[in-house]
Order: sequence, then C-alpha cells, then structure tokens
Amino acid sequence: MEIKADTTVCIGAGMCALTAPEVFDQSEDEGTVVLLRQTPPDGQEEVVRRAVTLCPSGAISAS
Amino acid sequence: MSDFTLPMTRQRPFDPPNEVAELRQQASMHRMTYADGHVGWLVTGYAEARAVLAHPGFSNRPEKMHAPIPSRLDLVGERRDRGVPRGFFLRTDAPEHTRYRKQLTGQFTVRRMKALESRITEITNACLDDMAAAGGTVDLVQAFALPIPSLVICELLGVPYEDRAQFQEDSKILVNLETKADDVLAALGRVSAYLHGLIQRKRKEPADDLLSGLIESGELDDEELTGVAFLLLVAGHETTANMLGLGTYALLTNPDQLAAMRDDPSVVDNGVEELLRYLTIIHLGPFRLATEDVEISGNLIKEGEMVGVHLPVVNRDPSRFPGGEHLDVTRPAGGHMTFGHGIHQCLGQQLARGEMRIAYPALLRRFPALRLAVTPEEVPMRSDMTIYGVHRLPVTW
Repeated sequence: MEIKADTTVCIGAGMCALTAPEVFDQSEDEGTVVLLRQTPPDGQEEVVRRAVTLCPSGAISAS
Repeated sequence: MSDFTLPMTRQRPFDPPNEVAELRQQASMHRMTYADGHVGWLVTGYAEARAVLAHPGFSNRPEKMHAPIPSRLDLVGERRDRGVPRGFFLRTDAPEHTRYRKQLTGQFTVRRMKALESRITEITNACLDDMAAAGGTVDLVQAFALPIPSLVICELLGVPYEDRAQFQEDSKILVNLETKADDVLAALGRVSAYLHGLIQRKRKEPADDLLSGLIESGELDDEELTGVAFLLLVAGHETTANMLGLGTYALLTNPDQLAAMRDDPSVVDNGVEELLRYLTIIHLGPFRLATEDVEISGNLIKEGEMVGVHLPVVNRDPSRFPGGEHLDVTRPAGGHMTFGHGIHQCLGQQLARGEMRIAYPALLRRFPALRLAVTPEEVPMRSDMTIYGVHRLPVTW
C-alpha cells in the first residue's frame, strides 16, 4: 500500500490524525495533513483505509 | 412539480419525521418544494449525501438560496438581505473560504484539542460541584449542557474571567430562540461589540489564546476577526450544548446504554460517535445551491437548484448503518455525517468530541442514580429549531 497526502485540498478536519495517528499528523501552523510514513505499519492497512474514507476533502489516498 | 414540503414535526423525540424516513425507503433523492415555491431536492441516502457535500459544483453562500421552510431570524448567516458578515466563512465558497479556514485549522488540531482536556475536565467538575451543592431538581441544560461549551469557548477565545458572566448571559439569549427578535438583535450587538473590543485588547496585550494567534498571523483585519470569533461562538456553543442535553436524555431513557457509558471507559469514545449519529442534532440541512448542472446517482441537479441533505435520515441509512434506528453505543458509528462532509466539515469537531468524551462519563459517574424528574413526555423538545435538542431537562439523583 502506498499512501499519499495533498495539503492543498486538506481542510484540517483532523480525521486522519485521529484515526491513524501512526501514519498521519497535522502541521502546527496550518493544521493540514503531515504524512509520517508512505506505507502503513504492519496490520494497519485497514485503519489507513478507514482514515481515507473519513477524510472530508479527499486529501489523502491509499493504493 | 412536487407536493413534498419539509416536515419538522417528529412523532417520537429521537426519530426523524416518519414522512422523511418513508421517503428514503423509496429513493435516495427527491424533489422538494421550498418555502417560496422553488422546486429543488432533498437527499436522504448516505452515498448521495457524501457526493453532494464533497462536490465543488455547489455553493453555501446564502444570497441566492431559497429557504426550505418559512424562516425566522437566523443567526447562522441566514439574514440574506444583509449578505454574509465579513469573516463568517461558513457561508462562503472556495477560494474565499479556503483563506479563512487555513487561518483556523492550526488552532483546532487533534493535538491542540487534547491539550485542552485538563481545562475541560476542570470546567466540567466545577459544574458538577455546583449541581451537587444545589441538590433537589436541577435543569441539566442550565447547570451542565450550556455552561460547559460556553466556558470552553471563553477559554479558547481568551475571554477574561471577569467578562464571562455577561458574555455567557448574552450568548444564552442568542441561542435561546424563545427570545424575542428585538432581544436577540440587542444581544447580537452587545456580543459583536464585546468581541470587537476584546480583539483590540488582544492586539495590545497578546496572550496564549486563539484570538491572539489569529491577530499575530496578521492575515485578518479586526472586522473579519470579529466575524470569525462570532462564528466560533455560535457554532461551538449551541451545538455541543444540545448534544450534551439531548444525549443525556437519550441515555436516561436507554438505561442499558447509560450503564455502558458510565461503567466501561473503553465504550466512551465510540459511544460519543454513536450519540452523534443517532441523535443528529442538525435536523435542518445542510443546504447547498448548484452553481452548475451536477449529476448525482443519475439525477440531474440543474444550476440554480437547491439541494438539502436530511442528515438525521442519512445517518440511519440501512445500507451504511444497519439497525440504525436503535441507539447502540458499541456499534461502529464512525463515518456518520453529523459534522457534515466536504470543505465545510465542522472545524471544531475534535473540540466537541473532547467535551463530550469528558462530560458524559463525568456526569454519569458523579450521579450514578441520575434520573428524569419529569415523565419523558414532559421534556420540551426543540422541534422547530435549526439545532435539535431539549429546551429543559429536569433531573434529580
């Protein structure tokens, strides 16, 4: 699985950082998504997919 | 043509109107006649609701919108004759919306909201202490549901302690739609003037709070900052307050669910999501106006047509939440649309989660014998308001 994040469409709702904190964080100044790693930790594919579904602005993807 | 108009009357306090629930069984999108005769749409399906709210072909600006029901004075930017107050960015579109939202998202991150938890706990415990001292029968709305979010917003905005009583008094008038329009306008003026003055004070003496942070970034002028502060006040106050009031009422009438929320800390986070889903206090809208022809699930929404999303029914769509007509704090409730979807999804949702995750269990553990002091039928419901909830919730323990 490869994870991507697009800060230009991110609206900082924080759902990714709440759902998969080992993969996603938020920047201190803008609150937009910060990708901590491009691939999920072992056994976290499902939780990353859930974060992608929960993102309101389509800023993150996993393929 | 459509002879369907939006019903607001509920047959049961926790369930959306039967007519809308029945509509969903027929299809996910429906023609609906708005208050001025405009024929637009009403969305009752989960997938369609997500598609509409995420689509860039819809506007949230109020100027050309058609009211879904004959409207009263509405604080959430519905005074179309005056347009959108500057800084009231909920009712703007990209890229104007983007500019404001980017200024604020850094202040509402998951991390920052977690840092507020100890203050939320202190505020909650102070309310519970006052309740315990008062004893007898207490209106949970006045003693618990309203003051907690109000004081948390004061904390966030940096309203000094000595100003909080007046600030709370005026906010209470604003969110209580039993108040006469003249009184609302007067309170509106006082709160705006107060926020404007507060911003000027913060400009001179910055502190560690949201307004000082916004001032420091230098992007917004005082009028915009006043609009932003006012939006945060309204959006963060009435919503969480009604969730705390209505949520407690729902738990009191579902004792097994209450016991789980009280006794099992591992249930609380998901239980809050389930209460958000099951109660869906946003029972009027959100509404959008198509700025181009948009096709959703084979339906052509024409430019200029209104689309309303019926969130309470969407959040019970059986294709997404099987058995969703029941409250079950152990159901996987993530993905509910109570905070909306798309670029306007609630900015303060992580704060709201923090408040509810602390306040519900704190209340239930402090008063394990908490119960209604009236019959369930006697609890007055906010049926005709933008945000659903209870007007009063008399409880004892």
